[in-house]
Amino acid sequence: MSLIEVRDVEKTYTMGSMAVHALRGVSFTIAPGEYLAIMGPSGSGKSTLMNLLGCLDKPSAGTYLLDGEDVSQLSDDRLAALRNRHIGFVFQQFNLLPRANALQNVELPLQYAGIHDRREKAVTALAKVGLADRAHHRPRELSGGEQQRVAIARAIVNEPAIILADEPTGNLDSRTGRDILQVFDDLNQTGITLITVTHDPDIAAGCHRVLHMVDGKLANDVNNKRPGGEAP
Amino acid sequence: MTLFEGVRSALTSLLANKLRSFLTMLGVIIGVAAVIVVVAIGEGLKADVMQRIQGLGTNLLMISPSSRSGRHGPVVRRGRLTDDDWEAIESKVTNVSAIAPIVQGSVTVKYRNRTHASRVLGSTPDIMTTQNLTLAAGRFFTTSEERSRARVVVLGSTVVEEIFYGRVLLEETVRIKGVPFRVIGVFEEKGGSWGSPDDQVYVPLSTARQRLLGRSTLSTIYVSAASTKVVAEVEESLTQVLRRQHRVRNEEDDFRIRSQEEILTTMSETSAMLTRFLAGIALVSLLVGGVGIMNIMLVSVAERTREIGIRKAVGARRRDIQTQFLIESTALSVIGGIIGGIIGIGISKLVGSALGWTTVVPLWAILVAFLFAAAVGVFFGYYPSRKAALLDPIECLRYE
Repeated sequence: MSLIEVRDVEKTYTMGSMAVHALRGVSFTIAPGEYLAIMGPSGSGKSTLMNLLGCLDKPSAGTYLLDGEDVSQLSDDRLAALRNRHIGFVFQQFNLLPRANALQNVELPLQYAGIHDRREKAVTALAKVGLADRAHHRPRELSGGEQQRVAIARAIVNEPAIILADEPTGNLDSRTGRDILQVFDDLNQTGITLITVTHDPDIAAGCHRVLHMVDGKLANDVNNKRPGGEAP
Repeated sequence: MTLFEGVRSALTSLLANKLRSFLTMLGVIIGVAAVIVVVAIGEGLKADVMQRIQGLGTNLLMISPSSRSGRHGPVVRRGRLTDDDWEAIESKVTNVSAIAPIVQGSVTVKYRNRTHASRVLGSTPDIMTTQNLTLAAGRFFTTSEERSRARVVVLGSTVVEEIFYGRVLLEETVRIKGVPFRVIGVFEEKGGSWGSPDDQVYVPLSTARQRLLGRSTLSTIYVSAASTKVVAEVEESLTQVLRRQHRVRNEEDDFRIRSQEEILTTMSETSAMLTRFLAGIALVSLLVGGVGIMNIMLVSVAERTREIGIRKAVGARRRDIQTQFLIESTALSVIGGIIGGIIGIGISKLVGSALGWTTVVPLWAILVAFLFAAAVGVFFGYYPSRKAALLDPIECLRYE
């Protein structure tokens, strides 16, 4: 069964009196363990698609099945629970809580999951991204690359099926960016589905599959043949 | 997230903006402190008045003139008490142990170059019984001195303090309204601050009337019933005698008889009302403090929009966000309430020792002020927290 199934999804915003059709009927499926990029020019609807896939938003029409569950009809609180259990977010601006240290930031999803013994899991997640020794540093005491690693640790701490990354290397220099992508590769090897929204063709080139968005539609669905890219 | 964690994270974020948190709390601090100080002074006043009135005789009835409207319209007729009334009571009312007719007025008392503004009370020796007075030194004036308009005076302890610097100087001459009087006795201190008998000078009734006040009517007549049991009975026969004396038939009485119990009730009701009124005003300042909290919470929600977005993205439900901000606003008001309570109790104690007022901080005042402060935090925190909870996570994450 596919992990993600998007069928004829449309999204329309009203801005003032104007209706903006951000998505005009998009359909695709994503299998567990895929490593996939969504590309497209500004205004192509890729951010909207990202928000929908991340359960931050609901489609205006069409259906979105996440792990077999129809997300289109769920309440805000149910969506929050889905995000908590199934999805980890990695943002371009890292989006860490500035007053909390690395460990506390990583613990945040566990807190909302109602898990009490959080310390150990958070430490493990930080260790996975190679930041075990930075656990008690605050975000501003960390470099950009380190902050993004903390964000990745936060994304994986609750063992989600999917990681959604929005321009994850956009605020990093190219070397640090490559390190982050290496972390993603490693995570994908462990079976996590990775979906990246990006402008950067280099990142897209490293992915197994690229969805090209144009004008709110899926223009192209390219499979990069790469050995060992299939899901375990 | 457990409540404990919520409180800890709320405190962390309040500590991140120490000055702002403190200024926000200030409204609540002042409000709670004001409530407690007002109630403490009010309760102290009540206790003081009670003590003073209880110092008077327990079987005491006080007759005073009162005004009434005229028979054919709103013309006010002032009642008068006369010597005839006094004599009528003396001859016709039974079960009475003492009757003290009284005239009172403001005077200045002068000894050498010391002057003190006080009150003179002219009466008969029976006043000793009715007012429960005790002499510290000397003697009280006699019936014959009263008849002969003798210029003798017995001084209250405050007056002694003021003009004699606390020394007991019997047989000295003091001038009351310029008239020389011989000091024959000094009273023991009776306590109570407002209008206490300590700050009075006692002279014979006839002397006070003719030499000092120039008045033929009486201010008050004090009547002591023979025992507590007969107080009601005596009050009833006093009413009848005075009605006959004043030819009161179907109209209002032109006099009032109050027992000590009535005075106690009236006094405590009046002071309780005043206290409640002032405490109410103080509570309004608490409400104003609440508006301050709401204002800052709204600012805080706006500032932390991105944080709200992050929390929602990783799985915070509406309730989680709402609880977080509600805990913060409640923590502000509760901490403010605690600080205000401590300050309020401190000020009450300070007022008590610095001004010599009796202050009593009742537990209920602390509880009411504190619970009200907490309620203010919840009430004024509700709207900002609700606003935060309903924010759209996508908008929040986009917020710069």
